[in-house]
Amino acid sequence: MSILEISNLSLSFGGVKALQDVSFRVPENTITTIIGPNGAGKTSLFNCISGFYKPQQGNIRYQGQPLPGSIKPPRRAALGLARTFQNIALFRGMTVLDNIKLGAHVHMKSGLLSALAYFGPARREETAVRQEVEERIIDFLEIDHIRRQPVASLPYGLQKRVELARALAMKPQVLMLDEPVAGMNREEKEDMARFILDIREEWGITVLMVEHDMGMVMDISDHIAVLNFGQVITEGVPADVQNNPEVIKAYLGNSDIDSLRRKLNPEGEVA
Amino acid sequence: MRIGDAKQSYEADEAIWTSSTQKLWLGFFLLILMVFPFAVDSYLLYLGCLVGIAVISTTGLNILTGFTGLISLGQAGFMGVGAYTVAWLSINTGLPFPITLVLAGLMAAAVGILVGLPSLRVKGLYLAIATLAASVFLHFIFAEWEPVTGGMGGLSLEPAHLFGLTFQSDFMMYFIIVPLAVLMVLAARNVFRTRIGRAFIAIRDRDISAEILGINLLRYKLMSFALSSFYAGVAGGLFAYFYRVVTPESFPLSMSIFYLAAVIVGGMGNLLGGILGAAFMTLVPEALKLLTAALTPFYPNAPVFMSPMLEIIFGGLIVGFLIFEPHGLAEIWHRIRRFFRLWPFRN
Repeated sequence: MSILEISNLSLSFGGVKALQDVSFRVPENTITTIIGPNGAGKTSLFNCISGFYKPQQGNIRYQGQPLPGSIKPPRRAALGLARTFQNIALFRGMTVLDNIKLGAHVHMKSGLLSALAYFGPARREETAVRQEVEERIIDFLEIDHIRRQPVASLPYGLQKRVELARALAMKPQVLMLDEPVAGMNREEKEDMARFILDIREEWGITVLMVEHDMGMVMDISDHIAVLNFGQVITEGVPADVQNNPEVIKAYLGNSDIDSLRRKLNPEGEVA
Repeated sequence: MRIGDAKQSYEADEAIWTSSTQKLWLGFFLLILMVFPFAVDSYLLYLGCLVGIAVISTTGLNILTGFTGLISLGQAGFMGVGAYTVAWLSINTGLPFPITLVLAGLMAAAVGILVGLPSLRVKGLYLAIATLAASVFLHFIFAEWEPVTGGMGGLSLEPAHLFGLTFQSDFMMYFIIVPLAVLMVLAARNVFRTRIGRAFIAIRDRDISAEILGINLLRYKLMSFALSSFYAGVAGGLFAYFYRVVTPESFPLSMSIFYLAAVIVGGMGNLLGGILGAAFMTLVPEALKLLTAALTPFYPNAPVFMSPMLEIIFGGLIVGFLIFEPHGLAEIWHRIRRFFRLWPFRN
């Protein structure tokens, strides 16, 4: 059963064809990864799914239902699509705790009047969200020591983790991660890989990610789709994908297959 | 010195004032506000009322500009809407002040929503120009819609009344203005403890990720405009009761700039900053006048030299604050608090 089905998606900006006839599926409760060289259209695809770009052709089905362009990003968030960004998009002036609480926004209902009085529903709801954020998310991602700090003061790796925490607070069905370990050191990468695996296993959330770190991609993905020049070259399990000559050519552009194969398959090593 | 806090529940941890020292100081401050009108002369009382009105309006503008990141030059216009609503209602219906003030706020909020509509498309300075246009338009209506606004002559109204009580003197008005200011600042603080306040800040910091989190930008921007103009409308209504005359010239464009300056000098996105900024902007020009008067016995020529200098000194003070304290007066306060947190030890 696929939770997300992309069929024949095409997107162009003027003469630039960002996506051409892209079709692939994201099986439910898997870690599915989109890989491909720079400019292959990975982030454009993410932007189509989260509703920032309207594809000219093709359609996206989410949980069996069509997801037309008329469903705007805030509505998609309420439907259970959460994402993080390649260059961290946190609210820098706010504390870690407030950033994460913002993730729960779509699940909260209290209106302006009860907010002004901070009485009744607003108070109960805020306390409940605080408890849930503390006990389920902050604990899980091991960021309790920084909860009161403004995000701007945190190192990069922790900021990425806070962004993941915020996405988890949305209680998503599908979590889209745009380069979750880019720029991290080895230890941070290993932590992040462990969190992603736990999110799939313990929380039952389908993960769709874009990542360049081949070691991690091959290690934790259940399903991989390869994009090049806006087209899907192949999709399948990691073992098939990393031996596919098309993929090797797309990545490295020459014919020395063996040395390239070694690069794509760093023998289980992360980083 | 405070060593730490041991909270037992999340609710206790989410409180605004978490330590007993804070509560003690707060009680002390409220006591001073209560005793103030009995202890001072009419001039200081008059200034106290002005600061109270300015605090309400500045807090409103702070919600919009400081917290939501939407620059507005329409604050004086929204205050005008509130003032004219109060004047018109008290002349034509004789309703008591709590009702007229709420209606003034709602009227201003409705106008604020209309003015806020372009904010989905235009941001920053462009939005400032759009609100500027709106305030010019409002000024035009105040001056020309004679049957309702009384044209250039404006409207004169009776003092505020409730249950047979008339609030004629500054002393009486103080007891409307200041409690209302305290309540409205507290309400604003509450908003920023909830999802709505967080959504405002999210829009200011990064509107694309706000959308990703399910925040409807137009809805929350308009809500911010409505809330901010509600505060302006109430402040304008109090202004009408305080001076008991409302003319188109009561709310010039320079007043909008005054409030924007108060927000910036006090500290954008900081409610305490709004209060300090409002007090600074209202009191410093007066303090400079007092200084001139105090100098006169020693330098008989002081008024001649000082009066043209006042504006320059005032402007210089604002520029100085922007350079040396870009986070505003509130930051000075926070620094003092940090210092005393571990006092007498160094931190």
